[in-house]
Amino acid sequence: MSDMNVDKSKRRFLVVATSAVGGVAAAGTVIPFVASMLPSARALAAGAPVEVDLSKVEPGMQLTVEWRGKPVWIVNRTKEMLDLLGKHDDRLVDPASDSTSQQPEYCKNPTRSIKPQYLIAVGICTHLGCSPTYRKEIGAADLGADWPGGFFCPCHGSRFDLAARVFNGSPAPTNLVIPPHKYLSETKVLIGEDAKA
Amino acid sequence: MDKLLAWVDARLPLTATYKAHLSEYFAPKNFNFWYYFGSLALLVLVIQILSGIFLTMHYKPDAELAFSSVEYIMRDVPWGWLIRYIHSTGASAFFLVVYLHMYRGLIYGSYRGPRELIWIFGVLIYLVLMGEAFFGYLLPWGQMSYWGAQVIVNLFSSVPFIGEDLSVWIRGDFVVSDATLNRFFAFHVIAFPLVLLGLVAVHLVALHEVGSNNPDGVEIKKNKDPVTHIPVDGIPFHPYYTVKDILGVVVFLIVFSAIVFFAPEMGGYFLEANNFIPADPLKTPPHIAPVWYFTPYYAVLRAIPPMFGSQFPGVAAMGVAVLIFFALPWLDKSPVKSIRYRGPKFKIALALFIVAFIGLGWLGIQPVTPLYTWMARILTAVYFGFFFLMPWYTKNDTHKPEPQRVTDK
Repeated sequence: MSDMNVDKSKRRFLVVATSAVGGVAAAGTVIPFVASMLPSARALAAGAPVEVDLSKVEPGMQLTVEWRGKPVWIVNRTKEMLDLLGKHDDRLVDPASDSTSQQPEYCKNPTRSIKPQYLIAVGICTHLGCSPTYRKEIGAADLGADWPGGFFCPCHGSRFDLAARVFNGSPAPTNLVIPPHKYLSETKVLIGEDAKA
Repeated sequence: MDKLLAWVDARLPLTATYKAHLSEYFAPKNFNFWYYFGSLALLVLVIQILSGIFLTMHYKPDAELAFSSVEYIMRDVPWGWLIRYIHSTGASAFFLVVYLHMYRGLIYGSYRGPRELIWIFGVLIYLVLMGEAFFGYLLPWGQMSYWGAQVIVNLFSSVPFIGEDLSVWIRGDFVVSDATLNRFFAFHVIAFPLVLLGLVAVHLVALHEVGSNNPDGVEIKKNKDPVTHIPVDGIPFHPYYTVKDILGVVVFLIVFSAIVFFAPEMGGYFLEANNFIPADPLKTPPHIAPVWYFTPYYAVLRAIPPMFGSQFPGVAAMGVAVLIFFALPWLDKSPVKSIRYRGPKFKIALALFIVAFIGLGWLGIQPVTPLYTWMARILTAVYFGFFFLMPWYTKNDTHKPEPQRVTDK
């Protein structure tokens, strides 16, 4: 057989076709492996709503419950705490809760809650996921004389007020998330489910 | 014996490989102190693989069992405490040795042509090493393991558009959980070590192809003996540098053993106090900081404020701070390689860079205060200035003429 008459275009076609089909097959094979790393059915099922009895939370106190593996805070805000909330809007990034992803529609109000008395918020900093500490003492020495009480993230120093709204100059870009929730009775709340659902 | 060797050589290039990489691999005769750290990095790699294998025999990658299995290794497994301290000290030693190895490349211009690929594979090794250390740090399942992983995985969630899904995919859950621990174990003990070994092999093959740089930054292959074709300034790696490296190994192991036996926690810098508390997903420790070898980048991350309602700029800056090393061979426009023949501009820039790197490393451990944040911003600017201004200050620098041959300094 002579090399002179080799049809190189046929060879090139076969090389390209084989590579393309093989490449598609390889890419297809990758899909199940990549997908296997997504949350399993068990992890998805663990996201069930949590029922909490609010009568256990004393005025001014914080209760932390677990929902979807995340800490959810319930703070029983006193009259004095609520009075202070409206006095520092100029120091907040988003005082009117305009960022729609951070709370359900029914919590887009000055206290970011259904009942002003109870703050219910996901205790995960919107910066890098640490859990901020509850610092209710007004004018705490390490947080400055104008500290109105709120939450301080120990990891990167983000500050939030008692409606979980972020202060200017914090590394966290947005307010803390208010989870979907509904009241089952005067003192029982279900976290993880809306009233309309 | 000779017949056996001939039999093997006819089937496997045993003698040829030995000659090419050891007895007839000609390295410059003027290696100094800074040339210990490449072989030491290889030694630490072996230490980590061996101690890691034995830890795997007792460790349980399960969120319920992990913390207590580490305590079990420490208290009940015969010599388990020693093996674990060797492994945890080895992690810090690895980074120390690699940072010094990289610094050597920086001062003698080892990243310059024709060694760009050696440098690139070296930076890849560094990246894989960072991943390996990060995955490994979650395994003891202490508070610092947990919240460190939480912070780092959340870095990915700040990527625009796909971030949230990406971080869920990495964790395999909505928070760091058993699924995350299990896969990090898989990455730590099999996936990343395999990649690391492959990269180290390529790093060495590329090095032995072009030959080592040296403190004078001149190419010894330009001046070969006309008869033997051996570089006149070259000496065989074995026995000359194997013997030299053994001295380095002995000194290194003395220091290493002293740390393992007398200060394995290194005052909280090698093993952090909070990591002796089991992971609690509901409570962040009051002060969290990464292990010392990540703190310079952590300080860069914290220095950049959020912009446009997103923390992505800080994350991007941190990424660039690591990845910029890849560009080094093309940023340096100096006609000479070694610091011995460079002018004052490069020397000042390098000194500022060292101050910035160590300063950021220190700031990364400190709690956040306004003063420290501003210091971190200034040092971040210096850090990036070293790289981004390099084309200008290396081009306009004065320099001394390079010698024809290596010197005896």
